[in-house]
This record gives sequence, C-alpha cells and structure tokens, in this order.
Amino acid sequence: MNSAHDVGGLDNFASVGNTDPNDAIFHGDWEKRMMAINVAMGATGQWNIDMIRAARESMPPAQYLNSSYFEIWYYGLCKVALERGLVTEQELNSGIQSAQPKPVDNVLGAAQVLPVLLNGSPANRPLSSAPQFAIGQPVRTRVMNPKTHTRLPRYVRGRTGVISAHHGGHVYPDDTARGINTVHHLYTVTFLGTELWGEDTTATTVSVDCWEPYLVAI
Amino acid sequence: MSGNHKNTLSDIEIRVKALESLLVEKGYVQTAALDAIIDTYENKIGPHNGAQVVARAWKDANFKEWLLKDATAAIASMGFTGRQGEHMVCVENTAQVHNLVVCTLCSCYPWAVLGIPPVWYKAPAYRARAVIDPRGVMKEFGCEPPTNVAIKVWDSTAEIRYLVLPQAPVDVAQFDVEQLAQRVTRDAMIGVTR
Repeated sequence: MNSAHDVGGLDNFASVGNTDPNDAIFHGDWEKRMMAINVAMGATGQWNIDMIRAARESMPPAQYLNSSYFEIWYYGLCKVALERGLVTEQELNSGIQSAQPKPVDNVLGAAQVLPVLLNGSPANRPLSSAPQFAIGQPVRTRVMNPKTHTRLPRYVRGRTGVISAHHGGHVYPDDTARGINTVHHLYTVTFLGTELWGEDTTATTVSVDCWEPYLVAI
Repeated sequence: MSGNHKNTLSDIEIRVKALESLLVEKGYVQTAALDAIIDTYENKIGPHNGAQVVARAWKDANFKEWLLKDATAAIASMGFTGRQGEHMVCVENTAQVHNLVVCTLCSCYPWAVLGIPPVWYKAPAYRARAVIDPRGVMKEFGCEPPTNVAIKVWDSTAEIRYLVLPQAPVDVAQFDVEQLAQRVTRDAMIGVTR
C-alpha cells in the first residue's frame, strides 16, 4: 500500500536524531513492555509478521508520521487482535476482560522464551520451479501500486537494476499478508543511485531484496 | 521529589499497561514470559554478539571468507541465531567501498547479532535519507569517507538481514579477538560509522 511508512527519499525530516551511541534503546518502561507484548502475542500463532506489518502500515499517514515507533506497534497489535476477535474495543479501553478469550495455538512460557527466540521463524521454503533470473542479469522492477501490503518501495518501482544475489524460495509477503501462502524466488537487485534519483544522490548503489513477481525481464 | 519524577502517566503508557493487563488476564501472554523477553534483549542478545563475529573475521581469514560467502552458517556456528537473523548477509567495507544498512519501510534489523535497533534507525528521518543521501546521514555521525569511496546502501525489504564488516584497524595484528571485539561498535556494524 502507498502509505506513510514508505519513506525512502522523502525530504524535510530534518536530522536523524539522537546519534549518541549510548542513547537508551527504550525511551520508557512502556516501550520495553510493548516490545515484549508484541513478541509474545506473535508467538500465539494468530497472525504472521506480514499481517502485522500491514496493520501498522494502514495507519492514516498523518497519524503514522506523528507516532513514535512503539506507538505504531501498539496500533498494529490492537488492530490484528481486534480483527481476530481476541479482544474487544471496550476491553482495550478498560484494560479489563469483558469477553470470553479465544483459543490460541500457543502461549509462550518464560522457559520457552530463549529457545523460541534463538530458533526464529525462517522465511525460506523449498521451491521446485527454476529461478527466472540469473546473477548478473539486468531486470526492471514492475510499476505496481497495490492497496494491500507489498515490500517493493515506491522509489524502486519501474527501475532497471542487476540481479546481484539469489536467495532461493521465500514466503511472499504480498500474499501472506492476505492469508494466501505462496513462495517465490527472492533476489537482491542492485541499482545505480543515479538510476533511482538522477544526479541528486550520494548513494553509489542501492540494493533491494525483490521477489520474482516484482521483476520483469528486459 | 526529584525534578525528573513523573506524577502522571502519558496516554500511551496507560494504554500499554491496560493492554498488558488485559492480555495476561485473557491468558494469551504470561507476565514471566514478557519479563524474560525483555531480559533477553537487555542482557543476552546485543551488539556484543556482532562484535565477536567481526573481531573473529578480522583475525581469521578462513572465517572471514565463510562469513562473506555464507553469513547465515558462519554466524550460526557462533550461536547467534534466531529471530530477525535467520537469513544473514555480511557486507565488507574496504578502502574503496563503504556499506550502509537501512529498512526504509519499517525497521528490519539483524536482532540476532545486534539486539534491538536504536531509536534513530527506526525513525522516518534515517529511513528516508539513507537511500538517497547516505553521505549526509553518515556526516551526522561524524563519518565522512573520501569522495572516491563508493557508498553501497542495502534496503532490507525481505527477511535477509545485513551485517556490515567494518575495516580492521591498522593495529589488528597486535590484539586478540576479545580485545578487538571491545572496539567494534554497533554503529559501525550498521554502517553509519566506519
């Protein structure tokens, strides 16, 4: 979706911010709790990472740009939980249960935390079809503007680059965010900075990871 | 009462407290698990992991070659696996090339070797500028590579996570891995500094 999260190349955000390497990772205890809630709720298996990213991205643009990072996480978590009937609006506002809990696939216990975190959730999957593109091959990215989740930023659409890596089959977020489980070949595509931005750039190259449906042969 | 004491909670603080209380009451999450997640990322998983990888690559040419060819396996061999680090690529800085990692669309970051990303990495200003003006971003961090150095930016749009291998210091031969690891910074492994 073309929304405020897709910020590559935007101006007027001023400075990067507090660049002190000792600046705290969490600006408040609530941010730590929100991070942990997000991880633990993800472990219930009721959504995948693409679904919750889509939820965060759906925030109206002005609200997104005015929200701190963990406020965006709060928004996304509430949205996916509400959509699945895990909580109600009244419950979110009161903090008190007033509806029956829904059954979930898994509840993360303290002893499982480290093993679960160390296992992670690999995104690669076997794929029997041959890759369409080869390393070194020039490709062009599609011009596409889906209303739903995609991982092709606007600044790289309709641009010519070169395949610089092939990663095999990976789950395809444009589909998995909508509950459709597909797998496509994933590539790293490298673009000259000038191809993306004209002369107004200090980037020599920008490399972007693209699934095969994002690419056309030229 | 100290000047820093907050008498009232902000709206988001109240909301997150309410959210946690609700989710625990409903049985979806356990408080002890939440505490363990925070403890893991505060004390166990962090940039000290990535620093070990970098320092080892600086001292061990075979490991460096493996790291550049198959970072997932090389890093996993050191035990730094898992969430947001399942698929790793290591990109090497040289005298001619400087690498910078970003996620323009959200905040994708190699948690398994660097821990939780800093606030600036996740904010729009960095995400917007890194792909168009990486030198301008690096200048804010006090880093200005010579003009003949190519700047390669990596936008983490998939689940591949990027780790920058900074150039080894000129006195690398005089120190062991542990000593060198102390000198590897998180910011150098993101690429905003050298």
